[in-house]
Amino acid sequence: MTNTSLKAFNAMVRRDFTLALRNKSEWANPLFFFILACSLFPLGIGPEPNTLEKIAPGIIWVTALLAAMLSLDGIFRSDFEDGSLEQQILGPHPFTILVYAKILVHWLITGIPLMLLSPLLGVILHLPADGIILLMISLLLGTPVLSLIGSIGVALTVGVKRGGMLLSLLVLPLYIPVLIFGAGAVDVGLGGLDTSGHFLLMAAILVLAITLAPLATAAALKVSV
Amino acid sequence: MWKAIKRLTSFKNFYRFSGKLLPWFGAITLVLFLTGLYWGLVIAPIDYLQKDSYRILYIHVPAAWMSLFVYIVMAASGAIHLVWKTKLSEVIANSCAPIGATFTFLALVTGAIWGQPTWGTWWVWDARLTSELVLLFLYIGYMALHSAIEDRASAARAAAILAIVGLVNIPIIHFSVNWWFTLHQVASISVGKGSSLHPSMYWPLMVMTAAFKFYFATVLMMTARNEILERDQNSNWVREEEKNL
Repeated sequence: MTNTSLKAFNAMVRRDFTLALRNKSEWANPLFFFILACSLFPLGIGPEPNTLEKIAPGIIWVTALLAAMLSLDGIFRSDFEDGSLEQQILGPHPFTILVYAKILVHWLITGIPLMLLSPLLGVILHLPADGIILLMISLLLGTPVLSLIGSIGVALTVGVKRGGMLLSLLVLPLYIPVLIFGAGAVDVGLGGLDTSGHFLLMAAILVLAITLAPLATAAALKVSV
Repeated sequence: MWKAIKRLTSFKNFYRFSGKLLPWFGAITLVLFLTGLYWGLVIAPIDYLQKDSYRILYIHVPAAWMSLFVYIVMAASGAIHLVWKTKLSEVIANSCAPIGATFTFLALVTGAIWGQPTWGTWWVWDARLTSELVLLFLYIGYMALHSAIEDRASAARAAAILAIVGLVNIPIIHFSVNWWFTLHQVASISVGKGSSLHPSMYWPLMVMTAAFKFYFATVLMMTARNEILERDQNSNWVREEEKNL
């Protein structure tokens, strides 16, 4: 990465981050959704602590995944609508680097807050303290993958009117490995087994996603715009 | 060389060439199906454990193999279309999706029907079943994306990108589901029917597999020819074909 590209990356991160912070609904709504959806489960299933403890990792992971997915639209939507996305593609800097910046910002405003909120939901769902720590680690490793893979889906559907349902069709099947290892790590840890295998595999998926996903996203955006 | 490929894969040439192949492929498919079905359903010996119910294997296993094979063909022709922008590969990729989805669906349904007498349940969250289900979702996503984008050229390219992303993901999904399965210890269910198949049951399976392959080629050609006619409906060569009918 040359020096100017690095500058472009930093500028893009700063710009998108400022824009996202000022648009409160963009970062706050997914979090409210996360809390709300999680608290629906005890109402539907019943308040027994034992049952809730058993299904808590799965519930928190699935709702975090849905919250991340519902917030994906914000990555490219406004830039697509006002035409600045087109300029970014045409501009002198490698477009993939700008895509990296956008995905990073999406993770910073949704992935990190989801992870920080997860202990609260863990407490509500009677998850023991060990489980909460494991849950946070798994979310830390898993949420960037959600942003990375999701960016491909949203790049493919950005030109489609009312593409929300379509986006979930495209993205959810690809989220399955992260969900399995993320929720599985907590389960295994609570069962008293070694979790390093799960975390290493999640890290491997993360590395693979960091390497390949932005390339696919950039190619998809060039098709969509 | 490049020009020769372009000429050979032009809509007109493909249409005429496949028109000549089609009756042969159809006939081979029919013969293979009849042989394979008779061999598998009537001649092949009864399984001592599963009795006659195992015979659904002759549909189930080839369908499951084809579901993956068709996805690979679809993603490969999508990639060829992305790189070289050849029209024919675009048509092939589009035609693959519904066929592959059908094979996947068939594999799932026959699996469920087979599961009822052997496992006592229609569905288990077994590794293979789950990855097959995810594969069906990938096919559905491909078709949904393709039909959602109005512009035909960008729809094809977007769908091709999705197919390639899916192809990278299929091994990861399969692997992760496998892991999850072994960790959850869904005991007492063994899917291990694999290579220990007796020759008298193995060969009819091979015939059925060949039948499915030829069926795929036949239907693929028919679907592709249909789409080609629709796209080139105003061109001279289609009018000529019309006159010859």
